[in-house]
Amino acid sequence: MSVDLSQFIPTFLEESFEGLALMESSLLSLEVDDNETIHSIFRAAHSIKGGAGTFGFDKVTEFTHLVETLLDEMRDGRRVIASADIELLLESVDCIRLLIESARDQSGYDEAKVAQTSQALSKSLSQGASLPGAENTPESEGEAEPDAVQWQISFIPGHHLVKTGNDPLLLFNALADLGPLELSAQASELPSLSDMDPQELYLSWHLVLTSAASEAEIREVFEWVEDECQLELAQLSGQGKQDKESCNSPPDVTTSGEQVTAEELAEPTTIAAADKSPEKKPEKAQVKNKQDAGSIRVGVDKVDNLINLVGELVITQSMLSELGNDFELSKLERLTSGLEQLLQNTKELQESVMRIRMLPISFAFNRFPRLVHDLSKKTGKAIELVINGEQTELDKTVMEQIGDPLVHLVRNAVDHGIEPAEIRKAKGKPEQGTIKLDAYHLGGNIVIEIKDDGGGINKEVVLNKAIDKGLVEASSNLSESQIFDLIFEPGFSTAKELSDISGRGVGMDVVKKNIQSLGGRIQIESEQDKGSTFRVNLPLTLAILDGQLVRVGSEIYVIPLIAIVESLQAKAELINRVSGDMLLYRLREDNVPVLPIYQLFSLPADTTEVENSLLVVVEADGQKVGLMVDDLLAQQQVVIKSLKDNYQQVDGISGATILGDGSVAMILDIPGMIQLAMKSAQKNQAQHYSANVLAGETV
Amino acid sequence: MNIQELAQDVPRVGDNDIEGIDFITSGEQYLTFILEQEQYAVDILCVEEIRSWEPPTKIPNSPEYVKGVINMRGIIVPILDLRLKFNIGQPSYTEVTVVIVLTLESEQQSRTIGFVVDAVSDVLNADESDIKKAPAFGGCVPQHYVEGLVNVGDNVVTLLNVQSLQALEPHQLN
Repeated sequence: MSVDLSQFIPTFLEESFEGLALMESSLLSLEVDDNETIHSIFRAAHSIKGGAGTFGFDKVTEFTHLVETLLDEMRDGRRVIASADIELLLESVDCIRLLIESARDQSGYDEAKVAQTSQALSKSLSQGASLPGAENTPESEGEAEPDAVQWQISFIPGHHLVKTGNDPLLLFNALADLGPLELSAQASELPSLSDMDPQELYLSWHLVLTSAASEAEIREVFEWVEDECQLELAQLSGQGKQDKESCNSPPDVTTSGEQVTAEELAEPTTIAAADKSPEKKPEKAQVKNKQDAGSIRVGVDKVDNLINLVGELVITQSMLSELGNDFELSKLERLTSGLEQLLQNTKELQESVMRIRMLPISFAFNRFPRLVHDLSKKTGKAIELVINGEQTELDKTVMEQIGDPLVHLVRNAVDHGIEPAEIRKAKGKPEQGTIKLDAYHLGGNIVIEIKDDGGGINKEVVLNKAIDKGLVEASSNLSESQIFDLIFEPGFSTAKELSDISGRGVGMDVVKKNIQSLGGRIQIESEQDKGSTFRVNLPLTLAILDGQLVRVGSEIYVIPLIAIVESLQAKAELINRVSGDMLLYRLREDNVPVLPIYQLFSLPADTTEVENSLLVVVEADGQKVGLMVDDLLAQQQVVIKSLKDNYQQVDGISGATILGDGSVAMILDIPGMIQLAMKSAQKNQAQHYSANVLAGETV
Repeated sequence: MNIQELAQDVPRVGDNDIEGIDFITSGEQYLTFILEQEQYAVDILCVEEIRSWEPPTKIPNSPEYVKGVINMRGIIVPILDLRLKFNIGQPSYTEVTVVIVLTLESEQQSRTIGFVVDAVSDVLNADESDIKKAPAFGGCVPQHYVEGLVNVGDNVVTLLNVQSLQALEPHQLN
């Protein structure tokens, strides 16, 4: 009866991360005497421990066990919930996450941090508990009692035990692995044959185990059934200490002397290791987070809705095919209405399917209470975080990629935005700063606002810094928003001192790049001493795109609407040929390079004359170019299909789509096209140059 | 007629050899097709479908043998002309030109690619022992595309290597 457990590991990981997120958010909202919250935290920890035990992630099990013990004391009211404990638990959540991640990736982890936290946990357990003696970690128990002792175990399972899929025989086998096992079954409760329900378990057992295993290890065997049985453990020989505990209470107590020595031994090594570990560890963890595409949990209502729609579609289809069986012209009207219905069905189906990929933005927002909590402790600023619009839905892919940029923005708001309490007081503002996170839908986009009531951006400082760094000319006359945009330049930071939160000047440019790569944009509003607002505008999904269809020769291309500045007919007098046949078009003040698509993609085109041709002016990375096309066709939403799946990445093409007539059209990648054009220009120049050199040599 | 007699009428295994039906014979099966005058074959399990030629959408700056991409039930499938790729004969595109769509699996990924050939001919059964190593005496088809040769009557069929077909040359800027 061997089951391949590995197939359940992804589910366990997913559930564990959810459990950890729940623990984290509950811990942050935890108040004294809030038993319900502690219970839910405990449950989350308990199921992580159980799962990890099943899959053999021993480090996770060990560590979580400590956390669970501490939580158990809180739950039973044996420990007063102090803020230090909450901090410790929050750190433990981080450690569990690290451990699970390392189990998942089969890679190393920050051992020093885990060791330190587990030390702190053990310490807190040994000090804080009002019970006499100290709780013990499984390892130190193992060390403390190396000799085999006799354990007397009384195992009285509930009648329904086997119905839940547990088999006592398996438990006994597991026990027998620990050492020689004697057992006797008690059948006294067995009812007469006529009263007996064959699916119930009436037996109970009395076991004697001779083993060096600790009590915790023995209890672990019963981990999955402990809620469904009465379990009593007692030591027969060895130190001969007898005690009976109900199964939910923490594992047993030994002399505290041994505990202390174990700690003393462990301490110097962990501290030394901690010193060596660099600060950058958290960043590494964040990178790992990105990897898994994973699965989506979908609400049943969404699936039901889909099934309804598919039902309607099937009805429409059968109606239409019946109509087609013996079609006469008199039925034309019914056909038209049928097709209309089909259109309606398809649209609704499309919307519902897209909605499956949508998740509430709370998935991205959830990490901010913790982040702000930690940052406000670190900086000593009192900060309140207000979150609105958590239920706003957003495509999963977009959500995964917007997380890190948002973290950057929030960190910035805490570090640069909110002033220290004294300054706030002097300015007549409340000492506690406020950061507001807001999300809402606007048109086909989602808007995320990060708003702080801090010092705002000082325009002069930004401008001076930019001039210092040579980013702008001293004489240039910039508008307010242009000045604010300077902070997205690479290497720009106005913070006077570097802190480990932010200020290194990496970040804001990455933030902008990430947002742009998602097809979004970011705006800044700021008022001195009132605060700043960063507004991120994102498309709802990456799977569908608003596009402008254009024709070049016989080919149809899709230009993303978001990249288009304007479309115009080139006037002959505005075209300039400069520096050796480079075409520029004068668009008001700007000189826009003209990029003939037929040339870039080596296609036959209707016209190769720039004069009077159609130009679609597009912008990418701050560079405007005029794409020369033969014809402008419709604007429509297109579904993006990957070229990479069956072919490979093509320069200048971001993907393909299928048009209404079933044919394929390429979607243009504007930044890619600009790079392609630059590369080919450089290549031409190089060829020219080498040709000249060669010619010179032969002469 | 009693039951014993009836039972004797039932054919037993080995009584009647079913002849002339290919799919019961042992060995691997291959789809053979024609390029110019020569016969080629690929593992039949890779074959997704056989479709007629339709003008594909061009991929900018692609090599000449990459004819473009088509929409096959919502999947974007690239179309490669094997005649151009192997430099065998002159490609012509008529209504009888055939595209064999293959799903080619490798360790990294699976790709669905359509290959233009002159005609599809037959299904070939071949044991591993029937497949002979191809002598390295030139020929237009690069050696690593050739899995081996199989004799069919008086003809010789070239078995193509699926892994090599899957690996596309990197896209170069012209």
